[in-house]
Amino acid sequence: MALLEAKHITKQFGGLTAVNDVSLTVEAGSIVSVIGPNGAGKTTFFNVLTGIYKPTKGTIIFDGKDITGLRPDQITALGICRTFQNIRLFNAMTVLENVLVGMHTRLHAGLWQILFGTPSVRAEERASLERARELLRFVNLDHQRNQLARNLPYGDQRRLEIARALASSPKLILLDEPTAGMNPQETAEATNLIRRLRDELGITVVLIEHDMRVVMTISERITVLDYGTKIAEGLPEEIRSNPRVIEAYLGKGAAAHGVERVEG
Amino acid sequence: MATDNRQVDQPASLWTQLRTMAGRGPAPYVLILAYAAIVSALLLVNPTTGLGTDMVVVLFLLLMFVIYRAPTILAFKLTLGTILLAVVMPVFGVLNPFYIDVVTKAGMFAALALGLNVVVGFAGLLDLGYVAFFAVGAYLWGIFSTPQISNIVSGMEPLHGSWFWLFLAIGLAVGAFFGVLLGLPVLRLRGDYLAIVTLGLGEVIRVLATNLDRPINITNGAQGIKDIGRPPLFIEPVFQAFGITISQVQEYRLYFYFLVLLVLALTVFVVHRLNNSRIGRAWTAIREDETAAIAMGIPLVRMKLLAFAVGASFAGTMGVIFSALQTFINPPTFDLLRSIGILSMVILGGMGSIPGTILGAVIVTLLDLQLLPRIASELAALQRRGVPIPAWFDPAQYQRLLFGLLLIIMMIFRPEGLLPEDRRRQELHHDEPEPAPVSKTVKPAAESAQSAEG
Ligand SMILES: Nc1ncnc2c1ncn2[C@@H]1O[C@H](COP(=O)(O)OP(=O)(O)OP(=O)(O)O)[C@@H](O)[C@H]1O
Ligand SMILES: [Mg+2]
Repeated sequence: MALLEAKHITKQFGGLTAVNDVSLTVEAGSIVSVIGPNGAGKTTFFNVLTGIYKPTKGTIIFDGKDITGLRPDQITALGICRTFQNIRLFNAMTVLENVLVGMHTRLHAGLWQILFGTPSVRAEERASLERARELLRFVNLDHQRNQLARNLPYGDQRRLEIARALASSPKLILLDEPTAGMNPQETAEATNLIRRLRDELGITVVLIEHDMRVVMTISERITVLDYGTKIAEGLPEEIRSNPRVIEAYLGKGAAAHGVERVEG
Repeated sequence: MATDNRQVDQPASLWTQLRTMAGRGPAPYVLILAYAAIVSALLLVNPTTGLGTDMVVVLFLLLMFVIYRAPTILAFKLTLGTILLAVVMPVFGVLNPFYIDVVTKAGMFAALALGLNVVVGFAGLLDLGYVAFFAVGAYLWGIFSTPQISNIVSGMEPLHGSWFWLFLAIGLAVGAFFGVLLGLPVLRLRGDYLAIVTLGLGEVIRVLATNLDRPINITNGAQGIKDIGRPPLFIEPVFQAFGITISQVQEYRLYFYFLVLLVLALTVFVVHRLNNSRIGRAWTAIREDETAAIAMGIPLVRMKLLAFAVGASFAGTMGVIFSALQTFINPPTFDLLRSIGILSMVILGGMGSIPGTILGAVIVTLLDLQLLPRIASELAALQRRGVPIPAWFDPAQYQRLLFGLLLIIMMIFRPEGLLPEDRRRQELHHDEPEPAPVSKTVKPAAESAQSAEG
């Protein structure tokens, strides 16, 4: 069953078409990659899926519901969450608080209940703390829980972003370059973590990734964007040998760029 | 280099040693009790108005913060705090009315500043028109408790003072309503734009207050509203039962003192509860990164409006109390400078910090109403006695300058405020060593070059 169906998505900024008639179907329980050279429109596509941008054209069906034009928080509540290409943590909050913020849509305490400190609120707070720590253990950050997010090493910040996204109990997680700037060992750990998201938590994963080794090892399907247009889609082996893909990368000297990025 | 370091370190470690000693075993209890006893005695034995008593009052208020921070059990803190605020201060207030008025004002501004702190400190929305909500509350009671109301609703008599209690709640609701009303147009704005627009909206309210004497005389324009109603004194019988006879003026003084204290306590409670809930976390997240916050499922509009509403509601209630306390209000009371004054309390004390904001409010109010005028009058007295201070120098004219200088010095040496929120302290001094330092990997340059996101 398709968990996500984006149909003919177009996003224009003034005269610039950042995403041009892109369709993507993601099966529940799969790991899918979106690749493409710099400026291909991958991040913009994510921003459209999560409601940060409204698509100029096209519809998005998630879990059987039309979510086109919903607000980001509504989309998060329905079960899509994401991480950012340039890490965007709440720097002045602790690691634990970052995860608690991610839980916002799953908590229900209202203004008056909070003011009166009703037992239900207290129970909810206790449960959310417990759950946050569980998630931090999952990404191996529990020992850092009282650190400010800004003080974490880079790799830990990336994992915290994932934990924070998981806190909203998503069905689908969108990861924007989760291994960018990591060394080979960190990349291997991150790859492993992404796999565990699906295998242990049953979350469907869509990731944007420049590191071809990562892409080829974990993706079940790959979609390639170039200049906002989808130029290829298929299994990793198909993509690897697709002439248009090779041209898109090599033609612009971007294949080398992919490697550069990883080495940072 | 090494010697330099030692010289810098030594006094600090001595200080730390003293602090650990003072914090051990029964020491803090003894020290605080001694402090409290001395200050209380000084206040009650010699309650004259003057520079000396000024200082003792400052020490008295400082004592509150010492108690708050002291390593003692909560019951001790509460008992001592209650005795000092509910017994010592009122008795002193009966002996010398000047200071308890200042303390009442300080409490009132503390509650106002706490409300603004929700908007500015928690949610990070720089609001320069905050005093508008204070004005709304003040005019609300001012109009309904005076003949002004007959101009609006023909035949309606001014409300009796006993309605005051209900109007505390109505002021809260009307304040919240105006908070949302003025919050709506600025929802999409951030930073400087937000500041400018809120400044404009704040001025709109003041201009309305000045000009709404025509066609119907609602606010009585620039002349302001006088003879505003006061609540009936229900504590009179209590005093009589104890055989205490004090004048009505003094009774009102104590009455408002306790009322402000009570409302302040409630405000602290509410703000504290909210700050430690999913709502408070959502506000901080918005302050930190709006885009990330919405992507994590925080309903931006609702949370921002809630911040505006909560902040404004305290101001509304305090406005009602203010008008009853002063019995006279006019538009200049609610000008931009007042908004900025309240903001300076929040910043001075520590944005986002509850005790900090209260401390900021107390300090600014004391400086404003008591210390700076006192310094000015002492200087003027010296001048008269022939101390060579040039004649063109009028100390009274320069007292605001001193206030400005103090703010500048504070912002240079302690930008995070006097009692900062823990988060912010680390934020502004993150170049200094942390309690548990961790190495920070440098982000690749390719990352920061991309800004197309959200
Ligand atoms: N808010 C915006 N306003 C105008 N143009 C934008 C905006 N966001 C993105 N763009 C443009 O859209 C195009 C696609 O950008 P996008 O960030 O989606 O690329 P990307 O595939 O994520 O690239 P990278 O691999 O470098 O992250 C770029 O030309 C970018 O400049
Ligand atoms: Mg991108």
